[in-house]
Amino acid sequence: MENSVSIKSDQNSLWQGGVEPFKASYGKLMMWFFLISDAFTFSAFLIAYGVIRYRHPAFEGMVDNFSFSQVYWPIPEKVFDAAPLLHGVELPLVFVGIMTFILILSSVTMVLAVEAGHRMDRAGVEKWMIWTIIGGVAFLSCQAWEWSHFIDGTDDGSKLLDGSIFYGANLEINQYGPPNFAAFFFFITGFHGFHVFSGIAINFLIFYQATVGILERRGHYEMVEKTGLYWHFVDLVWVFVFTFFYLI
Amino acid sequence: MEPELSSIVPQPPDKSKIWIIWKVAIILGIVTGLEFVVALQLPENFSAFKIWIFIGMTFIKAGYIIGEFMHLAHEQKTLMWTIMIPTVFVLWLIAALFIQADSIYNAIY
Repeated sequence: MENSVSIKSDQNSLWQGGVEPFKASYGKLMMWFFLISDAFTFSAFLIAYGVIRYRHPAFEGMVDNFSFSQVYWPIPEKVFDAAPLLHGVELPLVFVGIMTFILILSSVTMVLAVEAGHRMDRAGVEKWMIWTIIGGVAFLSCQAWEWSHFIDGTDDGSKLLDGSIFYGANLEINQYGPPNFAAFFFFITGFHGFHVFSGIAINFLIFYQATVGILERRGHYEMVEKTGLYWHFVDLVWVFVFTFFYLI
Repeated sequence: MEPELSSIVPQPPDKSKIWIIWKVAIILGIVTGLEFVVALQLPENFSAFKIWIFIGMTFIKAGYIIGEFMHLAHEQKTLMWTIMIPTVFVLWLIAALFIQADSIYNAIY
Protein backbone atom coordinates (compact mmCIF):
# COMPACT_ATOMS: atom_id res chain seq x y z
CA MET A 1 0.00 0.00 0.00
CA GLU A 2 2.96 2.25 -0.56
CA ASN A 3 1.28 4.20 -3.36
CA SER A 4 -2.05 4.90 -1.70
CA VAL A 5 -2.73 8.30 -0.34
CA SER A 6 -2.64 8.22 3.39
CA ILE A 7 -5.22 10.26 5.17
CA LYS A 8 -3.72 12.07 8.08
CA SER A 9 -5.79 11.33 11.11
CA ASP A 10 -5.71 14.55 13.00
CA GLN A 11 -7.75 14.55 16.17
CA ASN A 12 -8.23 18.29 16.00
CA SER A 13 -9.72 18.42 12.52
CA LEU A 14 -13.32 19.57 12.33
CA TRP A 15 -14.14 16.84 9.81
CA GLN A 16 -13.08 13.84 11.89
CA GLY A 17 -16.10 13.95 14.15
CA GLY A 18 -16.09 14.13 17.88
CA VAL A 19 -15.85 17.92 18.04
CA GLU A 20 -18.65 20.44 18.45
CA PRO A 21 -17.95 23.51 16.32
CA PHE A 22 -21.04 25.29 17.69
CA LYS A 23 -20.72 24.01 21.29
CA ALA A 24 -24.49 23.55 21.29
CA SER A 25 -26.59 20.41 21.50
CA TYR A 26 -28.56 19.01 18.57
CA GLY A 27 -31.90 20.06 20.04
CA LYS A 28 -30.84 23.63 20.67
CA LEU A 29 -29.42 24.01 17.14
CA MET A 30 -32.61 22.66 15.60
CA MET A 31 -34.65 25.08 17.69
CA TRP A 32 -32.51 27.93 16.34
CA PHE A 33 -32.96 26.75 12.75
CA PHE A 34 -36.71 26.45 13.27
CA LEU A 35 -36.78 29.96 14.70
CA ILE A 36 -35.00 31.33 11.61
CA SER A 37 -37.66 29.84 9.37
CA ASP A 38 -40.37 31.18 11.65
CA ALA A 39 -38.72 34.60 11.56
CA PHE A 40 -38.98 34.53 7.76
CA THR A 41 -42.68 33.71 7.99
CA PHE A 42 -43.37 36.66 10.28
CA SER A 43 -41.15 38.93 8.17
CA ALA A 44 -43.24 38.01 5.15
CA PHE A 45 -46.43 38.89 7.03
CA LEU A 46 -45.15 42.25 8.23
CA ILE A 47 -43.59 43.20 4.89
CA ALA A 48 -46.82 42.26 3.10
CA TYR A 49 -48.64 44.53 5.57
CA GLY A 50 -46.24 47.36 4.75
CA VAL A 51 -46.67 46.87 1.03
CA ILE A 52 -50.48 46.81 1.13
CA ARG A 53 -50.51 49.79 3.46
CA TYR A 54 -48.37 51.92 1.17
CA ARG A 55 -50.35 51.03 -1.91
CA HIS A 56 -53.31 52.75 -0.18
CA PRO A 57 -53.41 56.51 0.31
CA ALA A 58 -52.61 57.79 3.81
CA PHE A 59 -54.82 60.15 5.81
CA GLU A 60 -53.64 63.66 4.96
CA GLY A 61 -55.05 65.92 7.68
CA MET A 62 -54.22 66.43 11.34
CA VAL A 63 -54.53 63.41 13.65
CA ASP A 64 -57.22 65.13 15.76
CA ASN A 65 -59.51 65.46 12.74
CA PHE A 66 -59.15 61.81 11.79
CA SER A 67 -62.29 59.83 11.06
CA PHE A 68 -62.69 56.29 9.77
CA SER A 69 -63.06 55.89 6.02
CA GLN A 70 -62.55 53.13 3.50
CA VAL A 71 -60.72 55.52 1.20
CA TYR A 72 -57.46 55.75 3.20
CA TRP A 73 -55.53 53.58 5.63
CA PRO A 74 -56.45 54.26 9.31
CA ILE A 75 -54.06 55.65 11.94
CA PRO A 76 -53.49 52.72 14.33
CA GLU A 77 -53.61 54.78 17.53
CA LYS A 78 -57.11 55.92 16.53
CA VAL A 79 -58.26 52.33 16.07
CA PHE A 80 -56.72 50.81 19.19
CA ASP A 81 -57.72 53.39 21.78
CA ALA A 82 -60.03 51.38 24.06
CA ALA A 83 -59.42 49.52 27.31
CA PRO A 84 -61.61 47.13 29.32
CA LEU A 85 -64.01 48.71 31.87
CA LEU A 86 -63.26 52.19 30.55
CA HIS A 87 -65.96 52.54 27.98
CA GLY A 88 -65.83 55.72 25.93
CA VAL A 89 -62.51 56.87 27.36
CA GLU A 90 -59.89 57.51 24.69
CA LEU A 91 -56.69 55.73 25.67
CA PRO A 92 -54.58 55.41 22.54
CA LEU A 93 -52.36 52.31 22.62
CA VAL A 94 -52.55 52.01 26.42
CA PHE A 95 -54.04 48.52 26.45
CA VAL A 96 -51.66 47.18 23.83
CA GLY A 97 -48.82 48.72 25.85
CA ILE A 98 -49.93 46.77 28.91
CA MET A 99 -49.95 43.61 26.79
CA THR A 100 -46.39 44.36 25.66
CA PHE A 101 -45.22 44.75 29.26
CA ILE A 102 -46.91 41.47 30.24
CA LEU A 103 -45.12 39.59 27.47
CA ILE A 104 -41.74 41.17 28.28
CA LEU A 105 -42.20 40.28 31.95
CA SER A 106 -43.05 36.68 31.12
CA SER A 107 -39.87 36.58 29.04
CA VAL A 108 -37.94 37.75 32.11
CA THR A 109 -39.42 35.02 34.30
CA MET A 110 -38.48 32.52 31.58
CA VAL A 111 -34.82 33.60 31.76
CA LEU A 112 -35.00 33.22 35.53
CA ALA A 113 -36.36 29.65 35.05
CA VAL A 114 -33.44 28.84 32.73
CA GLU A 115 -31.03 30.31 35.28
CA ALA A 116 -32.55 28.17 38.05
CA GLY A 117 -32.21 25.14 35.76
CA HIS A 118 -28.49 25.74 35.39
CA ARG A 119 -28.21 25.51 39.17
CA MET A 120 -30.32 22.29 39.28
CA ASP A 121 -32.77 24.23 41.43
CA ARG A 122 -36.02 22.34 40.87
CA ALA A 123 -38.14 24.56 43.09
CA GLY A 124 -36.83 27.64 41.28
CA VAL A 125 -37.61 26.18 37.84
CA GLU A 126 -41.14 25.32 38.95
CA LYS A 127 -41.76 28.75 40.42
CA TRP A 128 -40.52 30.74 37.42
CA MET A 129 -42.12 28.42 34.85
CA ILE A 130 -45.51 28.86 36.47
CA TRP A 131 -45.10 32.66 36.40
CA THR A 132 -44.17 32.43 32.72
CA ILE A 133 -47.30 30.39 32.00
CA ILE A 134 -49.44 32.88 33.93
CA GLY A 135 -47.93 35.73 31.91
CA GLY A 136 -48.71 33.91 28.66
CA VAL A 137 -52.31 33.24 29.67
CA ALA A 138 -52.72 36.88 30.75
CA PHE A 139 -51.44 38.05 27.37
CA LEU A 140 -53.80 35.74 25.48
CA SER A 141 -56.74 36.90 27.58
CA CYS A 142 -55.93 40.53 26.77
CA GLN A 143 -55.74 39.64 23.11
CA ALA A 144 -59.12 37.92 23.30
CA TRP A 145 -60.62 41.12 24.70
CA GLU A 146 -58.96 43.19 22.01
CA TRP A 147 -60.22 40.90 19.25
CA SER A 148 -63.75 40.97 20.55
CA HIS A 149 -63.68 44.77 20.82
CA PHE A 150 -62.26 45.04 17.30
CA ILE A 151 -64.94 42.70 15.92
CA ASP A 152 -67.81 44.43 17.76
CA GLY A 153 -66.71 47.91 16.74
CA THR A 154 -67.39 51.35 18.19
CA ASP A 155 -70.74 52.76 19.31
CA ASP A 156 -71.21 54.89 16.21
CA GLY A 157 -69.74 52.60 13.59
CA SER A 158 -68.77 54.35 10.38
CA LYS A 159 -70.19 55.03 6.97
CA LEU A 160 -69.09 52.76 4.13
CA LEU A 161 -68.62 53.86 0.52
CA ASP A 162 -72.16 52.76 -0.36
CA GLY A 163 -73.57 55.00 2.39
CA SER A 164 -74.56 52.26 4.84
CA ILE A 165 -73.35 52.23 8.45
CA PHE A 166 -71.16 49.31 9.51
CA TYR A 167 -70.04 48.32 13.00
CA GLY A 168 -66.85 46.41 13.78
CA ALA A 169 -64.96 44.13 11.45
CA ASN A 170 -64.86 40.79 9.73
CA LEU A 171 -62.55 39.35 7.07
CA GLU A 172 -64.44 41.03 4.22
CA ILE A 173 -65.38 44.45 5.51
CA ASN A 174 -64.64 46.69 8.47
CA GLN A 175 -65.50 50.11 9.83
CA TYR A 176 -61.90 51.22 10.34
CA GLY A 177 -60.51 51.35 6.81
CA PRO A 178 -59.91 49.33 3.64
CA PRO A 179 -60.90 45.61 3.92
CA ASN A 180 -57.25 44.54 4.01
CA PHE A 181 -56.69 46.42 7.28
CA ALA A 182 -58.84 44.04 9.32
CA ALA A 183 -57.62 41.04 7.34
CA PHE A 184 -54.02 41.84 8.28
CA PHE A 185 -54.98 42.50 11.88
CA PHE A 186 -56.58 39.06 12.14
CA PHE A 187 -53.77 37.26 10.35
CA ILE A 188 -50.76 38.89 12.01
CA THR A 189 -51.99 39.07 15.60
CA GLY A 190 -53.79 35.75 15.14
CA PHE A 191 -50.68 33.97 13.92
CA HIS A 192 -48.70 35.48 16.77
CA GLY A 193 -51.45 34.59 19.25
CA PHE A 194 -51.38 31.01 18.09
CA HIS A 195 -47.62 30.99 18.71
CA VAL A 196 -48.27 32.25 22.23
CA PHE A 197 -50.86 29.50 22.69
CA SER A 198 -48.51 26.74 21.55
CA GLY A 199 -45.75 28.31 23.67
CA ILE A 200 -47.98 28.06 26.74
CA ALA A 201 -48.74 24.41 25.89
CA ILE A 202 -45.03 23.56 25.53
CA ASN A 203 -44.13 25.53 28.66
CA PHE A 204 -46.77 23.62 30.58
CA LEU A 205 -45.38 20.31 29.34
CA ILE A 206 -41.88 21.24 30.49
CA PHE A 207 -43.26 22.57 33.78
CA TYR A 208 -44.97 19.21 34.30
CA GLN A 209 -41.77 17.30 33.50
CA ALA A 210 -39.85 19.43 35.97
CA THR A 211 -42.51 18.96 38.64
CA VAL A 212 -42.52 15.15 38.47
CA GLY A 213 -38.72 15.06 38.45
CA ILE A 214 -38.11 13.82 34.87
CA LEU A 215 -35.66 16.64 34.14
CA GLU A 216 -33.86 16.21 37.45
CA ARG A 217 -33.36 12.47 36.80
CA ARG A 218 -32.05 13.35 33.34
CA GLY A 219 -29.32 15.34 35.05
CA HIS A 220 -29.86 18.66 33.28
CA TYR A 221 -32.60 21.21 32.55
CA GLU A 222 -31.78 21.82 28.91
CA MET A 223 -35.42 21.38 27.89
CA VAL A 224 -36.17 24.57 29.82
CA GLU A 225 -33.55 26.36 27.72
CA LYS A 226 -35.05 25.08 24.46
CA THR A 227 -38.61 26.03 25.29
CA GLY A 228 -37.17 29.30 26.60
CA LEU A 229 -35.68 30.04 23.16
CA TYR A 230 -39.13 29.58 21.63
CA TRP A 231 -40.79 31.75 24.27
CA HIS A 232 -38.30 34.60 23.80
CA PHE A 233 -38.86 34.38 20.06
CA VAL A 234 -42.60 34.90 20.60
CA ASP A 235 -41.74 37.99 22.64
CA LEU A 236 -39.35 39.15 19.93
CA VAL A 237 -42.03 38.85 17.26
CA TRP A 238 -44.41 40.86 19.41
CA VAL A 239 -41.84 43.66 19.67
CA PHE A 240 -41.86 43.88 15.87
CA VAL A 241 -45.65 43.55 15.57
CA PHE A 242 -46.06 46.29 18.19
CA THR A 243 -43.85 48.66 16.22
CA PHE A 244 -44.98 47.94 12.69
CA PHE A 245 -48.67 47.33 13.30
CA TYR A 246 -49.54 49.58 16.26
CA LEU A 247 -46.99 52.41 16.40
CA ILE A 248 -46.20 53.33 12.80
CA MET B 1 -26.63 5.49 36.20
CA GLU B 2 -29.36 7.86 37.25
CA PRO B 3 -28.32 10.22 39.98
CA GLU B 4 -30.00 9.75 43.32
CA LEU B 5 -32.62 12.49 43.63
CA SER B 6 -31.87 13.13 47.25
CA SER B 7 -28.21 13.73 46.39
CA ILE B 8 -28.97 16.75 44.17
CA VAL B 9 -28.41 19.98 46.03
CA PRO B 10 -29.23 23.15 44.11
CA GLN B 11 -26.38 25.61 43.90
CA PRO B 12 -26.95 29.04 45.43
CA PRO B 13 -28.07 31.73 42.97
CA ASP B 14 -25.39 33.97 41.50
CA LYS B 15 -26.59 37.47 42.42
CA SER B 16 -24.63 39.21 39.63
CA LYS B 17 -26.19 37.00 36.92
CA ILE B 18 -29.71 37.66 38.20
CA TRP B 19 -28.99 41.39 38.39
CA ILE B 20 -28.00 41.34 34.69
CA ILE B 21 -31.34 39.71 33.81
CA TRP B 22 -33.28 42.40 35.68
CA LYS B 23 -31.10 45.12 34.21
CA VAL B 24 -31.99 43.98 30.67
CA ALA B 25 -35.66 43.83 31.71
CA ILE B 26 -35.48 47.42 32.97
CA ILE B 27 -33.85 48.57 29.71
CA LEU B 28 -36.60 46.88 27.68
CA GLY B 29 -39.24 48.54 29.84
CA ILE B 30 -37.67 51.99 29.51
CA VAL B 31 -37.34 51.72 25.72
CA THR B 32 -41.00 50.67 25.43
CA GLY B 33 -41.97 53.60 27.65
CA LEU B 34 -39.97 55.97 25.45
CA GLU B 35 -41.79 54.64 22.40
CA PHE B 36 -45.05 55.75 24.01
CA VAL B 37 -43.69 59.19 24.72
CA VAL B 38 -42.53 59.54 21.12
CA ALA B 39 -45.82 58.18 19.72
CA LEU B 40 -48.09 60.46 21.72
CA GLN B 41 -46.06 63.55 22.62
CA LEU B 42 -43.96 64.46 19.58
CA PRO B 43 -45.70 66.91 17.22
CA GLU B 44 -47.28 65.39 14.13
CA ASN B 45 -45.11 67.00 11.50
CA PHE B 46 -42.25 64.80 12.61
CA SER B 47 -43.93 61.63 11.32
CA ALA B 48 -41.09 60.39 9.06
CA PHE B 49 -38.60 61.09 11.85
CA LYS B 50 -40.85 59.21 14.30
CA ILE B 51 -40.89 56.10 12.12
CA TRP B 52 -37.10 55.92 12.14
CA ILE B 53 -37.03 56.38 15.91
CA PHE B 54 -39.48 53.49 16.28
CA ILE B 55 -37.44 51.26 13.99
CA GLY B 56 -34.23 52.13 15.85
CA MET B 57 -35.81 51.40 19.24
CA THR B 58 -37.25 48.13 17.94
CA PHE B 59 -33.80 46.98 16.91
CA ILE B 60 -32.37 47.97 20.29
CA LYS B 61 -35.02 45.82 21.99
CA ALA B 62 -34.52 42.97 19.50
CA GLY B 63 -30.77 43.09 20.16
CA TYR B 64 -31.23 42.75 23.92
CA ILE B 65 -33.79 39.94 23.59
CA ILE B 66 -31.71 37.93 21.11
CA GLY B 67 -28.32 38.68 22.65
CA GLU B 68 -29.08 38.38 26.37
CA PHE B 69 -32.38 36.51 26.85
CA MET B 70 -31.75 34.04 24.03
CA HIS B 71 -28.07 34.07 24.99
CA LEU B 72 -26.88 34.33 21.38
CA ALA B 73 -24.24 36.96 22.18
CA HIS B 74 -22.55 34.49 24.51
CA GLU B 75 -22.61 31.49 22.16
CA GLN B 76 -19.80 30.54 19.75
CA LYS B 77 -19.27 33.28 17.16
CA THR B 78 -19.78 30.75 14.34
CA LEU B 79 -23.21 29.86 15.72
CA MET B 80 -24.11 33.53 16.10
CA TRP B 81 -23.27 34.35 12.49
CA THR B 82 -24.99 31.18 11.23
CA ILE B 83 -28.18 32.52 12.77
CA MET B 84 -27.73 36.21 11.95
CA ILE B 85 -26.47 36.17 8.35
CA PRO B 86 -29.55 34.50 6.73
CA THR B 87 -31.71 37.38 7.96
CA VAL B 88 -30.22 39.60 5.22
CA PHE B 89 -32.68 37.89 2.88
CA VAL B 90 -35.40 39.81 4.72
CA LEU B 91 -33.79 43.06 3.54
CA TRP B 92 -34.02 41.82 -0.02
CA LEU B 93 -37.71 41.01 0.43
CA ILE B 94 -38.34 44.49 1.85
CA ALA B 95 -36.56 46.15 -1.07
CA ALA B 96 -38.24 44.02 -3.74
CA LEU B 97 -41.78 44.32 -2.43
CA PHE B 98 -41.63 48.03 -1.61
CA ILE B 99 -40.43 48.86 -5.12
CA GLN B 100 -43.38 46.79 -6.33
CA ALA B 101 -45.80 48.59 -4.01
CA ASP B 102 -44.56 51.97 -5.26
CA SER B 103 -45.29 50.95 -8.85
CA ILE B 104 -48.77 49.70 -7.98
CA TYR B 105 -49.54 52.96 -6.15
CA ASN B 106 -48.35 55.04 -9.11
CA ALA B 107 -50.41 52.93 -11.52
CA ILE B 108 -53.61 53.43 -9.48
CA TYR B 109 -53.36 57.03 -8.23
